Amino acid sequence: MSKIFVKGNEAIARGALDAGCSCYFGYPITPQNDIPEFMSTALPKAGGQFVQAESEIAAANMLLGAGACGIRAMTSSSSPGISLKQEAISYMAGSDLPGVIVNISRGGPGLGDIGPSQGDYFQAVKGGGHGDYRQLVLAPGTVQEAYDLTMLAFDLAFAYRNPVMILGDAIIGQMMEPVRLHRRKAQDSAESESWRLEGFGKRMPRVIKSLRLAEGTLGKHNEHLQQKYTAARRECRHEEFMTEDAELIVVAFGSIGRIAKSTIRRLRQQGHRVGLLRPITLFPFPSRALQDLAENGKRFMTIEHNMGQMVEDARLALCGLAPCGFYGHLPGNLPTPDDFEGPILKEFNSGT
Amino acid sequence: MSIYQDAIIAGFGGQGVMLMGTLLAVSAMESDMEVTYIPVYGPEMRGGTANCTVVISDEEIGSPIIRRPLSLIAMNRPSLEKFQPLVRDNGVVLINSSLVEPDLTDNGRIRAFSVPVNDIAAELGNLRLANMVALGAYVRITGIIALEAVIKSLSRVIPERYHHLLGHNTRALEAGAAEIRDKYPSGG
Repeated sequence: MSKIFVKGNEAIARGALDAGCSCYFGYPITPQNDIPEFMSTALPKAGGQFVQAESEIAAANMLLGAGACGIRAMTSSSSPGISLKQEAISYMAGSDLPGVIVNISRGGPGLGDIGPSQGDYFQAVKGGGHGDYRQLVLAPGTVQEAYDLTMLAFDLAFAYRNPVMILGDAIIGQMMEPVRLHRRKAQDSAESESWRLEGFGKRMPRVIKSLRLAEGTLGKHNEHLQQKYTAARRECRHEEFMTEDAELIVVAFGSIGRIAKSTIRRLRQQGHRVGLLRPITLFPFPSRALQDLAENGKRFMTIEHNMGQMVEDARLALCGLAPCGFYGHLPGNLPTPDDFEGPILKEFNSGT
Repeated sequence: MSIYQDAIIAGFGGQGVMLMGTLLAVSAMESDMEVTYIPVYGPEMRGGTANCTVVISDEEIGSPIIRRPLSLIAMNRPSLEKFQPLVRDNGVVLINSSLVEPDLTDNGRIRAFSVPVNDIAAELGNLRLANMVALGAYVRITGIIALEAVIKSLSRVIPERYHHLLGHNTRALEAGAAEIRDKYPSGG
């Protein structure tokens, strides 16, 4: 198929359509408005339902409802709106319900600004709602990946019966790149046949809920959830760039990962042996990849568009195997490859 | 040596700088190049000036955001004042000399090209073609994309309801390229 030239936001919307998404629920907020705008015309045309909800909270609960009916559905928002959705996400996790949530994050805390930031890493990866749950988190670094990973998000959501988040930012959402489209997926009603709510007819009724009061049931359910999260480790994805002979590996995700790649190319031309590891899944975190590189004697640093969040997961993965420095770019400032040159060199030289 | 070019395209809102950026980018895609386009994103969007960054390469592109570009198209004076100091030494600065004094360019440090794009567009009968004149000049200077590829991509970028104007846009692109050919015969 030929390529189209679109924004990351539109790529996400198209990825959802091509993954068989048939319901979208949203509420406007910058910088993700291109997603509902695109969906509002394209989804009804494809036979689906588009709802502009009365609030982010309502949209997230509609996602829960659609998930309970076994429907491939999505909601999207940006940081402050995503905070409002957390209660429903926790209920979805507690009820084993699939659903895709897109966070085209912006600067915070509070209303912050409308520029890019990675300040929502903790919220996305550690579970922003209450209870001992996790959601799978995919972080696209290109517009093609925004499209591909959105398609993947639906498959993962149904494979694990769990919420899956796409975590992008204003850079990924607003930039345009060529995208190669895939064939649209046919809906597979079998994927939810054994559990969805559809009117019980002649079979036994089903109940989907997160309340578990009977003795022992909540513990057992939490055990089941943890087994699910452990099984999800096989979904780890990451990209490595010039790591083989590198002394220092920069770990950076999403837009920052690709911006850092430009810096690394430049430093390579100057003869510095630096490389890049870009986590594509943030949960599960590609710990094994870091450990393998550490065993080969590499040092690490994370670069993030926040004041130090993913660095905790990197250090936890390394567990003393290798040192891991950190450079944080402040929100409210557009990051460029020039900004990372000094910090990478400083870290590079500190170990020699 | 790999092919690489980046550009900041800047001007007043309404001068069509975003369309220049997307047309340049789509032309690059149609020429089988890697390409990124990012509009300026922030309060400036509402302040009357507009700019975008386009990166073109035959290799995978890292950053879509460039602090010190290799080239600049300044459609007005504030854009020249803001971005010219950031252009790399020996980089290309194309100014709209209908609105910007050529004396304001750092010729010597950078390579300056002056094209009166508003006047040329007015001669063609439509001032709104100024952006196409500038883009035609730009691709002639840098040679990063063939002018024919830009002309071919017009119909992909311009909404269908304006397709009766494709011929006008084509002539404007050609006029910009011709101005560079005649005025700077030694090339870009």
